[in-house]
Amino acid sequence: MSAVQTTVSQASPPKRSFLYDPNIRGYFYQGLLVFVVSYLFYMAATNAVENLQRAKIASGFGFLENTAGFDISQTLIQFSAAGSNYGEAFVVGLLNTLVVSAIGIFFATFLGFAIGIARLSSNWMVRKVAMVYVELLRNIPLLLQLLFWYIAVLGPLPQPRNSVEMGAGFFLNSRGLFMPRPLYASDAWVIPTALLIGIVGTIVFRRWARAQQESTGRQYPVGLVTLGLVVGLPVVAWLVLALVGANPVTFEMPEKGTFNLRGGMQILPEFVALLVGLTTYTAAFIAEVVRAGILAVSKGQTEASGSLGLKPGQTLRLVVIPQAMRVIVPPLTSQYLNLTKNSSLAVAIGYPDLVQVFMGTVLNQTGQAIEVVVITMGVYLTISLVTSFVMNVYNRRVAIVER
Amino acid sequence: MSAAVDMSRFVRSEKVEALPPPNLARGPIAWVRENLFSGPFNTILTLAVLYLLYVIIPPIVDFLFINAVWTGSDRDACRAETAGHPVGACWAFVIDKINYFVYGSYPGAERWRVDGFFILLAVGVAWLLWLRAPRRDLGAVYFFWLFPVLSYILLTGGNMDLGGRFWLGFLAVGLLFVAVMGLAAYLLKASIRSAVIIGAVILAVIGLTLGLVDIDWGLDHVPTSLWGGILVTLLVATVGIVFSLPFGVLLALGRRSRLPIVRMGSVIFIEFVRGVPLITVLIMANTMLPLFLPGDMTVDRLARPLIGVAFFASAYMAEVVRGGLQAMPKGQYEGAMSLGLNYPQMMIFIILPQALRIVIPGIVNTFIGLFKDTSLVAIVGIFDLIKTIEASRIDPEWAAPTISYTGYAFAALFYFIFCWGMSRYSLGVERRLAAGQNR
Repeated sequence: MSAVQTTVSQASPPKRSFLYDPNIRGYFYQGLLVFVVSYLFYMAATNAVENLQRAKIASGFGFLENTAGFDISQTLIQFSAAGSNYGEAFVVGLLNTLVVSAIGIFFATFLGFAIGIARLSSNWMVRKVAMVYVELLRNIPLLLQLLFWYIAVLGPLPQPRNSVEMGAGFFLNSRGLFMPRPLYASDAWVIPTALLIGIVGTIVFRRWARAQQESTGRQYPVGLVTLGLVVGLPVVAWLVLALVGANPVTFEMPEKGTFNLRGGMQILPEFVALLVGLTTYTAAFIAEVVRAGILAVSKGQTEASGSLGLKPGQTLRLVVIPQAMRVIVPPLTSQYLNLTKNSSLAVAIGYPDLVQVFMGTVLNQTGQAIEVVVITMGVYLTISLVTSFVMNVYNRRVAIVER
Repeated sequence: MSAAVDMSRFVRSEKVEALPPPNLARGPIAWVRENLFSGPFNTILTLAVLYLLYVIIPPIVDFLFINAVWTGSDRDACRAETAGHPVGACWAFVIDKINYFVYGSYPGAERWRVDGFFILLAVGVAWLLWLRAPRRDLGAVYFFWLFPVLSYILLTGGNMDLGGRFWLGFLAVGLLFVAVMGLAAYLLKASIRSAVIIGAVILAVIGLTLGLVDIDWGLDHVPTSLWGGILVTLLVATVGIVFSLPFGVLLALGRRSRLPIVRMGSVIFIEFVRGVPLITVLIMANTMLPLFLPGDMTVDRLARPLIGVAFFASAYMAEVVRGGLQAMPKGQYEGAMSLGLNYPQMMIFIILPQALRIVIPGIVNTFIGLFKDTSLVAIVGIFDLIKTIEASRIDPEWAAPTISYTGYAFAALFYFIFCWGMSRYSLGVERRLAAGQNR
């Protein structure tokens, strides 16, 4: 044995050209790639500089300070055409994107889970209806669905002078949904504080109840206490304030004028169309994710929990869903990201999201394509990375702990 | 026992027919009981769904068929006051505008060329998708080389008129390229002959391609501003798939490469493109491409979104292909290497044929997404199907209350048929591939 080894190690490898050394070849190919890519970038940059100079377009991010000079139909912060700059327009667009995405994600999750579970129902009719919903929504472009909701469904709403009165200060017309606007008095802070105390109290109580159940087996009415703390406490605070005469919240009712409604709060039809379109479309994809996740939980789990005496609802809630979540979370994350990215289709129906405000109006007004595109894409990339990070943390928490 | 037979005793000579099972355990009634009314909760659910269907289905059927108008030449046919009955879908509008929806403003006399493009596309798709088609290797050559070239000639008219100086330059650069190939082979002590042959073949393919689009085929030039409708929708989707597959494979190989710079570059490209919405990529292609090119060069208005879509689809395709590469057992790589194959040979002959085969469903799903996403080019002003419908539904000639609904219903039907068909195909392939795995 040892003799063979020595001969092998002593035999010098045959002399080969260094050109055949895989490492050197690797350096060569990578050097070539770096050269080609840098050359392309260099060409693009010099051309861009030349073209921008010829077109007399400024460069740099100074334009963010310039006065915007246009109005935006939905603003969550103070914004006016004369008094605000492009930087504020960017913030308005970003907030609008975030608002519609957040609300869309909230509703799409509920709808998606409901439909995903319905697709596995033992009821034939429910199963088939859920299947038709998923197939129909998934196979038609979102843009077409948005146009349908916006133009075909919300378009025929009546003119403001013929608004549909829905009672309690709610009006519906072609300019959107009008509702009472809450006006906060100076001591309105009591209510959010009560809500916060309620939430903290709930968390503490849940921990305590769980510890009690694990050590003694006694169960406490967690649901009722949660309801009482989270909903009851703010309501009580409100009532107390109202009774002592300091009504914390009053409502400004929209009033019917000759041509338009005055006052109140307005929800744009563009917002509603985008929200409904994004929610129903993404829910179809989430339903498939949920269905796959539930199918990935082995049937023995369901049977075992049934033999322990759990009801079907409890089986789903306590046994199947927690295990399915491990399979569901990664694709669910990418559906959330898709919804956020798809919210950029707002530009097609005129909802003032980031792309419509910044890549549309601001880009057209300033002509500074490179800066605007870089900022916008940077925002979406950041949202993507942050969401993936948060979801990865959650994913690590629910992942199987091997013993 | 007496031998005499007691004739009064009755012996049944044939079997009695079994009684049918009780009605409530088999048959339609039992099925209904079990699947629809198995408990109070299920009964309520069934009734609720039935009511929902009762609310939704009849108006849709009324709209699409019963109250629909099938014939007519202008808005009068589709207005309730002139037609004399409630009007649903105005299919007469779609029939009247169908040429616009299919060809856009493509000149009437030249529309046979668009039909030719549709036929070429159908042949290529069928060749590639039918798993047992003969000579699928030739099918790939057809779909990724011959078909794009022929389509380009058919749709634009070819006749690029490159001129003699271009061809002289091309010849010089080409000969230089072959010489460099030969020199490299000499330095590497490899076969000079095969290096020169490979170089010459590459040169010949590029030259043939350019020659074909250079020749005057006697076709009139049709500017891309006239193209529209389903033609553009299918064109964008086709360009997406034709470019994204090769680029996607390259990116996937790059992402799994052991060379750090190649790997980093692929990862950055893929993650960047997948992290931004397609519409921002399209707007970027629309506004920034002209900036990056020398001042006297312009990019065709239609080509800009095509480039954007090609890049976008490549990144998604790369992730699908990477899945296939990762699913290959390590033994396949080691087997290939132990046979003495080098990297390109190993990939082309051993790994990719198997890896691509198992990700066919994923590729088709990506393509469904791409097909739906083509509708976004309407936002940057390209006349695809949706844009032609948007332009037609406000035509005063056809001003009627249900025109918008009809247009959207037509577009939805078109997209649904294509996407649903592709998803069925992908399911079928999945099942076939799964059957091969069951031992």
